[in-house]
Amino acid sequence: MSDFINGLLRLRRGPWEMVASALIALGVVMLMQPFAITLYTYSFITTLTGTVMFIVVSHFPE
Amino acid sequence: MKNIPIEKIAAATPETVAQRIRGLSDRSIAWIFVAPTIFLLLAINIFPLIWTIWLSFTNSRVNRPNRDVEWVGLRNYERILSDSDIWNTMQATAHFLIWTIVLQVLIGFFLAFLINKKFRGNDLWTTIIVFPMMLSPAVVGNFWTFLYQPQIGLFNYVIAFFTGVDPASFSMIGDVNLAPWAIVIADTWMWTPFVMLICLAGLRSIPNSIYEAAECDRASKWRQFWTITIPMVLPFLMLAVLFRGIENFKMFDLVVQLTGGGPGNTTTLTSIDLKREAFEKWRTGYSSAYAVILFVTVFGLASIYVKALNKVKER
Repeated sequence: MSDFINGLLRLRRGPWEMVASALIALGVVMLMQPFAITLYTYSFITTLTGTVMFIVVSHFPE
Repeated sequence: MKNIPIEKIAAATPETVAQRIRGLSDRSIAWIFVAPTIFLLLAINIFPLIWTIWLSFTNSRVNRPNRDVEWVGLRNYERILSDSDIWNTMQATAHFLIWTIVLQVLIGFFLAFLINKKFRGNDLWTTIIVFPMMLSPAVVGNFWTFLYQPQIGLFNYVIAFFTGVDPASFSMIGDVNLAPWAIVIADTWMWTPFVMLICLAGLRSIPNSIYEAAECDRASKWRQFWTITIPMVLPFLMLAVLFRGIENFKMFDLVVQLTGGGPGNTTTLTSIDLKREAFEKWRTGYSSAYAVILFVTVFGLASIYVKALNKVKER
């Protein structure tokens, strides 16, 4: 866990990609879930944030 | 031409042309060769994408070319993301996507595992199994419509034979609860062979020596399957899931032919809904925003998937 937080603080690719992937997955689940329309409403901004973050952090050092 | 020395040909080149070619660096020559491809890529992929993103912020309607196009900001996105009908369409797509991928991977892998064994008529069975994916989706949609007919459809009679229910008592295409499964079954029938072929490639790439070593270590067949077969086929399986996931997210032709999106909106997938908004209601700006939402979703999913695939390959 401390490695993960250290990686985030030192702007390392691995942990940041993990955060971006989690955001994308969360956004897609929110988009397609059948439980709450509020989650559906905020799904796109979640996925978009994750996708843009993924593109940016994939240029971070290993 | 064969007897003319190269110096003679070089001398025959006009001085102005010769100077121009001599002045080009390797990098410039490389750019000259690559430029047509880059130009085509920009014209066919990048420009339409940027144009669609711009249209998604406007109230454009292509059936009214004389009307002024106004900038509406995020209004199209707000409407789409608060529309319960589109939300239902997303759920129908999720149902279709999840079940087709699960069934195709399970059945495809099972078939590949069987076909990988050496038996008589192996090639013939491979050809027979692969046959459905060679057909056009429109043809498949058409004949599954006949198979699902309550009165004359073979599918209903097969179900009736095994369960004892009256074949005319249910309609796969007409029933709100059964129609989503009807499209899942037809797509699984058509595309399982594709997954099977990819899995078969994976199974055939495993060297026999690994199994022989496992036999020497007295590993059971079950253990060999979980510790050798599955890890080595996993990159192939993930590739199959990626291909089928992207393809099924934009599934259109088969479902339109089979159910037309009905009954009601139960089988209206996002691509069908998008086509209706864009080319039946002519809401170009609105449908562009819809397309951008779908694009970002598929792009995001494909990004994390490719990353996972690379990690599995590295192992």
